[in-house]
Amino acid sequence: MINIVNLHAEVEEKKILKGLNLNVKAGEIHAIMGPNGSGKSTLASILAGKEDYTVTDGNVEFDGKDLLELSTEDRARQGLFLAFQYPIEIPGVSNVNFLKSALNEIREYRGEEPISAKEFLALVKEKSALVELDSKLASRSVNEGFSGGEKKRNEIFQMAMLNPKLAILDETDSGLDIDALRIVANGVNKLRSPKNAAIIITHYQRLLDYIIPDFVHVLYDGKIVKSGGKELALELEEKGYDWIKEELASNAD
Amino acid sequence: MELMENISKIQAFASKFNETNLAFSPTSIADAKNTLLHLDFPTTKTEFWKYTRLAKLAQLRLNQEKIRENEQVIAPLSDNGIVRITNGYITSFSKEIAGLTITPFSKCSEQQLSLIGKKADLTQNIFLALNTLYSQEGLFIEVEENAQIEGVFQLLFHTHGENCFAPFRVFIHVKKGSSFKLIQQFTASGEHLFSLPIVEYLIEENARISCDKLQMENASSFLLCEDYSIQKRNSTVLLNTFSISGAWVRNNSSFLIEGENCETNLNGAYLLKDLQHLDNHTIVDHIAPHCNSNELYKGILSGKATGIFNGKVFVRPNAQKISAFQSNANVLLSDDASVNSKPELEIYANDVKCSHGSTTGQLDEDAVFYLRARGLSEKSARSLITQAFIAEVVDKVEQKEVQDFIKNKLIELHDWTN
Repeated sequence: MINIVNLHAEVEEKKILKGLNLNVKAGEIHAIMGPNGSGKSTLASILAGKEDYTVTDGNVEFDGKDLLELSTEDRARQGLFLAFQYPIEIPGVSNVNFLKSALNEIREYRGEEPISAKEFLALVKEKSALVELDSKLASRSVNEGFSGGEKKRNEIFQMAMLNPKLAILDETDSGLDIDALRIVANGVNKLRSPKNAAIIITHYQRLLDYIIPDFVHVLYDGKIVKSGGKELALELEEKGYDWIKEELASNAD
Repeated sequence: MELMENISKIQAFASKFNETNLAFSPTSIADAKNTLLHLDFPTTKTEFWKYTRLAKLAQLRLNQEKIRENEQVIAPLSDNGIVRITNGYITSFSKEIAGLTITPFSKCSEQQLSLIGKKADLTQNIFLALNTLYSQEGLFIEVEENAQIEGVFQLLFHTHGENCFAPFRVFIHVKKGSSFKLIQQFTASGEHLFSLPIVEYLIEENARISCDKLQMENASSFLLCEDYSIQKRNSTVLLNTFSISGAWVRNNSSFLIEGENCETNLNGAYLLKDLQHLDNHTIVDHIAPHCNSNELYKGILSGKATGIFNGKVFVRPNAQKISAFQSNANVLLSDDASVNSKPELEIYANDVKCSHGSTTGQLDEDAVFYLRARGLSEKSARSLITQAFIAEVVDKVEQKEVQDFIKNKLIELHDWTN
């Protein structure tokens, strides 16, 4: 699905990613954990195409295409979705109207017919129920006046509407209470299939109680320094990140 | 050959114009003449004209060309009631509408004529003087007491030809308990055109008017609109001004709120590109207590366009318990576009609620990225956010068909995705 090889990136001449490797196959869920400032959100932003970052080395292949050569919108149209850590409020732009335009631009890109109004409404109804998002909220201005939990649920709602091949969830659990966390996780689990994949970026193991990952990676100082199964997350929760830093230091000696 | 050296710019400018035969009050004509004799085109040293230069306009040598045929560049919104005014002359007259009397100034009663120009100060304003002295025709619109006029009535101002000066005067008398909806549309075709329509409104007790001005002139036209409104008790005024196209537009809107419990809403949207210049000046004068006024002006500027908002609110000593709000927001889409925004409040009463605000910024790039990350093209993302910014003003228009007309016009002109 996505193969990231030796990715180096910087922002304003500050090196953030320093040779990151990650290979995600269809049907898999990968969790990326790591302390603050390790480069987790940078990775998400670069994959989505945010222009503030400069990739200095490495490459990313997504579904057979050179991802870094694609514009942000073409990445989305190829099936990549980023659930934002801080979803943007856009006053006056209706959530469902923009999603309909987005869906149709994606369909046009893929050479498909535009969605009918009836089909679209049915889809909104089905997918908003999935994340227990009030359909009134779904048709309001994008994220305007939404609570923190509603914003995150709206991200998963949009993800469900667009049905991406690869979803990247950037700290979707941050700021969520336990009920909202369960709803969001439930939404993600229902969308799970052998054809798609997800990268879940998180600080805490908590979300991984609900979304069981196939692999857990530790991102530290711009690189993946340790990978394992879901039990690695539990170990991190218990012991923190210091033992990994120590392990790295002793390996270096 | 006349010796030209001793005459002022304004006298040279007006040298080919024809004095009106309309029976304005003799004092108005004398005052107008006097003003044009003693004042000249204001320069940018005059506060009221600080950001709008008149040099290019002053250089024009224009004629008043009598035209009796219509030319249509934009279809009217409905055929409910339409008066066409071409180059300052009435070129087609409305069908009869119950409750509405429309009379050319030449056929007005003395009592009607005596209302014209009462609260408009001729002595300091050369454009009001030009309009008073040279308007060849005018229109008096009277809405009968307690008449609720269905649908919208349209005044279609059109200027065409070359080197034309088109002054015109309208007086709208909305009598007690009546309501009236009006569209004023301004279009132009040709070169070196100067339209100078001045509209006065007298809104009596419990009456209501809504007026949408659609300014859609061309790339070599000058349009100067003045509105003077007087409100009596319990009356409501809604004026929406959409500056859609036109090289040079100046709006002077003045609202005198004489009666208690009035509602005054002024909204404006301007979308300027290339070298367009727009200057909105509003004055809201609260004399009576217990009134509300709201102003919302929003603009989007690209290219080398320039925009000005100057909104003045006076709250006189007797105007207690009023609330007055004013807001101006601008988005600049290019480095060379500029805007000057100046909200002003002068408050002489002590128990009032007033606020004003002004913002100027760029399009939210994080929002653009967010929409693109969902699959929208950059062009779609930008046009959606831009449209949303202006939609707040468009939504103030009461008729859905007028809203749609404005939206479609903007989409067409700015190549927005729908």
